[in-house]
Parts: sequence; structure tokens; C-alpha cells
Amino acid sequence: MSKALDLVTRVRGVRGAMLVSTEDGLVVAAQLMEGIKGGAVAALAASLAGRLRRAMEAAGTGTSVFWHLQAEQGALLVVPADASGGILVVAVAEPDVNIGLVRLELLRAAEAMV
Amino acid sequence: MSPQTRAVESWTLQPLTDFVREASVRLVLVLTPSGQVLAQSGFSRAVDVMSAAALAAAIVASTGELARQLRQQPFAALSHQGPKTGFFLATFVTDRGTLAVLAVYDLDVSSLGLVQLFYDQLAADLKAATPKGAVPKQVLAADFERELTDSLNTLFGR
Repeated sequence: MSKALDLVTRVRGVRGAMLVSTEDGLVVAAQLMEGIKGGAVAALAASLAGRLRRAMEAAGTGTSVFWHLQAEQGALLVVPADASGGILVVAVAEPDVNIGLVRLELLRAAEAMV
Repeated sequence: MSPQTRAVESWTLQPLTDFVREASVRLVLVLTPSGQVLAQSGFSRAVDVMSAAALAAAIVASTGELARQLRQQPFAALSHQGPKTGFFLATFVTDRGTLAVLAVYDLDVSSLGLVQLFYDQLAADLKAATPKGAVPKQVLAADFERELTDSLNTLFGR
């Protein structure tokens, strides 16, 4: 698990990476810089993932493979680790992070989890 | 304010209303370890409040005794999760003594992580809102039934 997170946290601009249980919104594993509230990010990311999954099912688009939330002071990037979406690989990053690179490493981390 | 959220002790109302909205929980009780209900949200029948409060108080008492037997501090929180519903029971200490919160949530709407996250805020808000220097009112056995009826009437807006 820690190897999977290493793939993500080594990208410049990433402030932390976590594996989150979608069902209960709890942190499974985390590598976070000081000041990031892992429990809060995990709970909110899992909640969002659940709502997003239902919205995408309703829209007939299938399951999500990657999502990115851009905020003023940072970004949240998420990849479900398996088709069932039981585990999320989550990255918390600086606003100007290389999104493509983080996405690639999140997908690799998700593959490493399966 | 949710019409389903009611409080016997008015200082509990706003923190509880915020908790219900943010954590998306279905049912909540704020009670003392002896089972006296201070506030409720989501319950529609008095008998359900009485049963839930009695059972929650029993769990707090039994887990507290278990911790005592193990020479540990009382357990901070207890969580049970079923296929569709979860419940969360936790205690914290205020100036008015220990209070317990029982929250029931649907897994397709909320999660343990969310409930834990906003429970921490609820406990902090209730601690801050507790009337300072107030002594918990002792309910005498002779007054128990009247006190219980009054509380249930308040909790259900009668």
C-alpha cells in the first residue's frame, strides 16, 4: 500500500496521497504533509464518490475512472482502485500541479492495488 | 431548522441541527448516560425515543463497565454497520457531565467517516454551548413519570 502511495507523493506539487474506503469513508493508508486533515478529506471524498457514482449511473455514462476538483488553493484528484469502487486512491495537490502526471501515477497506484 | 429536530434543553438545538444537516444522519439522540434525552432528531414516535434512549444508555453502561474491568478509560465511540444502515454511539464530557450521542445513518446517504467527522464538531459545539455553572437537574423517583412525559411532549412538540 505504501508503495502505491509513493508513486503519487513523489510527483512535485502533491501534498499527500491516501487510500480511502468508499463504503465507510475512512482512511486505509495515508502519506500526508502536516496540516492536511486526512480524516476529513477521506470522509468527504468518499461521500462525493458515492454521489458521483449514482449521478453517472443515472446519466448512463458508466463508472468514473478519474475525477479532478480544482479549488483556489489546491486540487483533489481521485481514481477508484477497482471496478467496484471499494477503494479510492486520492491525491491532495497544489493548484498548479501537473494534472496529467498525477493522473498517470494515480492510475498506476490503482493498478498496483488490484 | 429541521421540523423533526427538537430539544428539551434549548442550547443543544443548533449544534444538533447543524450535525443532522452536515452528516446526513437519519436519527439522532443526545442523552445523558442515565438515558435522559436532551434532544432528538428524526424520531416520529415517543416510544421509539424511549426505547432507543434506554438501549443506548445500557450500551454506554455495559461498555463503560467492560472498560473498567479491563482497567481502561471508557470507550470513546462505538460503531455498528449493517448492509444498509449504520449506527454510531459516542460519549463526551461537558460542564454538565457526560453526554452521549446516538446517530443512525443510511449508508447510501452518509458514512462512518462523515458521521465521525461531524460528530467531533457536534461534541465541540455542545461543549461550547453548555450553560456555564449549571447543575444538572436531579429527577426524583416521585417526579420521574411527569418529567418523562414533559420531556417527550417537548421532543414531539405537543
